[in-house]
Amino acid sequence: MSAALLLTQLFNGASLASLYLLAALGLALSFGLMRVINMAHGEMLMLGGYLAFLTLQVVPGVLGIIVAMPVAFVGAAAVGAVVQGALVRRLAARPLDTLLATWGVSLILQQGARDLFGAVGVEVRAPEWLSGGVALGAVVLPTTRLFIIGVALVVLGALALVLRHSRIGLLVRAVNQDRMMASACGIDVGRVDMTVFCLGSGIAGLAGVMLALLGPVTPNVGQGYIIPAFLVVVMGGLGSIVGTCVAALVLGLFLALAQVFVDVSVAQMLMLVFVVLFIQVRPQGVVAVKTRALDA
Amino acid sequence: MRKALCRAGPWALLAAGAAMPLVLSDYSTNLLARFLALGIVALGMVLTWGHGGILSLGQGVFFGLGGYAVAMHIKLTDLAAGEIPDFMVWSGRTALPLWWAPFQSGLFAVAAALVVPALVGAGFAWAVFHRRVSGTYFSLITQALALAFATLIISRQDVTGGFNGLTNFTTLFGFSFSDPAFAHGLYWLTLGCLVLAYAGLRWLLGSRFGMLLRAGRDGENRVRFLGYDPVPFKVVAFGVAAMLSGLGGALFTLHAGVISPAMIGVVPSIEMVVWVAIGGRLSLPGAIVGALVVNLARDAISSVFPAAWPYAMGLAFVLAVTLFPQGLAGLRKARA
Repeated sequence: MSAALLLTQLFNGASLASLYLLAALGLALSFGLMRVINMAHGEMLMLGGYLAFLTLQVVPGVLGIIVAMPVAFVGAAAVGAVVQGALVRRLAARPLDTLLATWGVSLILQQGARDLFGAVGVEVRAPEWLSGGVALGAVVLPTTRLFIIGVALVVLGALALVLRHSRIGLLVRAVNQDRMMASACGIDVGRVDMTVFCLGSGIAGLAGVMLALLGPVTPNVGQGYIIPAFLVVVMGGLGSIVGTCVAALVLGLFLALAQVFVDVSVAQMLMLVFVVLFIQVRPQGVVAVKTRALDA
Repeated sequence: MRKALCRAGPWALLAAGAAMPLVLSDYSTNLLARFLALGIVALGMVLTWGHGGILSLGQGVFFGLGGYAVAMHIKLTDLAAGEIPDFMVWSGRTALPLWWAPFQSGLFAVAAALVVPALVGAGFAWAVFHRRVSGTYFSLITQALALAFATLIISRQDVTGGFNGLTNFTTLFGFSFSDPAFAHGLYWLTLGCLVLAYAGLRWLLGSRFGMLLRAGRDGENRVRFLGYDPVPFKVVAFGVAAMLSGLGGALFTLHAGVISPAMIGVVPSIEMVVWVAIGGRLSLPGAIVGALVVNLARDAISSVFPAAWPYAMGLAFVLAVTLFPQGLAGLRKARA
């Protein structure tokens, strides 16, 4: 294996990891709070992609993609609010049923996109300033992917700041640690749930804009990323940002490096085997939340 | 009088079911036979999901293992010595892969259609549950399994038939698929398997095993405190459901004349859950009815408005889960 190939695959792994991270952050946060998984989360990616497409119709030119990011964030967050308010909140006591109901939502959203935009998908042209690449020795790193890694890092930093230093962050951490006790202290648990759900959906919408830079936006563009993102959540540990980051990085690099030796379908199977083996060693995930609760 | 009717009801239904090939057209009989095969898959999910609280989003994998096992045998039966199936030739292969060879024996193929899904399912369940990983994680991992399995089959075109799957069946055990009498025989075989699966699961759910499975679903730690290990119960339940999936897949493949990745991936796997969600996750008859009703509806809707089916199924999921968690079986109970 040549050094150039290794470097390329490491970079591809990091790029993949940044997308997994953006897709998984929202899932992991809501899972930590409510123990439910939103199966329609992948459609937030899709929604973000289509919103980017629509934004670029209105605001063509250099700054289109910059405008698209907040639009996609707000749009996906709004849809997330509807899903949370109408479904997840009511079903939260039955995690498996939440899974199924949100899968139903996912099907409806996908078919809706197919009817509105067609099954083939729409193209979002990356702006000039994102074309080209940065040469690193013999390897050229595409600017688009560098930009995506940058966005993921900024989102991660902002999220860490919010969770650590803001009032809502304090409340989120409190509910994450002990929901009942937090509720007993007068925290409006339902509002915290709603805020986190919207925030997570918004981040997924943002991730959708990034996907639109890489390829055409199709009705099932989210599906290819959401299942690895689920594995990231399984591996990361309950609602831990650090755990989610580590898991996203490990799985992204694993998939990219495995592809040096085998093709992508085998690499996917190996990734699943890797996750199953990982939970043999650490069933509680990368970062375990210490708790005395028996039925955590 | 009423009690006597209740007791005679299932037998009358069975007799009506057995008489169907004589009444219906060949096409309708084939359709019904397919749906009965899917009913076997649904029965297995009552055991795992309804009574075990284990939601598998990857049941299509076991369905596919069963289906591919018999399909591989059929592809090999018509060949002269030294020949290999046509799709392998097209992909440029010259020799049969080693793991295809045992499928020349029909007995081996039938055994594999049952045993391989059961072992894979049980092993997979054990790997996850013995480390006390929670139910939601298990569902997510099974979904990843369905994706990985379908992708793997598509990409290995030379040995699996790829996206098109395995099709063009001519004979099985010397009988021709185009012979209507053979089709009727297969129908009765499917009905027989369904009845056996039903009776077996009824017995299993009524036994101590069923009680402890439900106890583990409702309070895993309490079961542990009572001195039982809930893991073997879950593993066996999942293995049995996987085996029934394999059986259903094998029979379905015979009726449909094809098995392909489009029937075993992520979306088909979740569709299997919707049958049971509609029929009633706790009820064995409900699961059979659910599989029949949903698939008939699918057949009717998608032949008229193909684009409407995903909406219908999505809504069915949302409504069944939020408003009628016990499905059709629950409605019947509420009325009685």
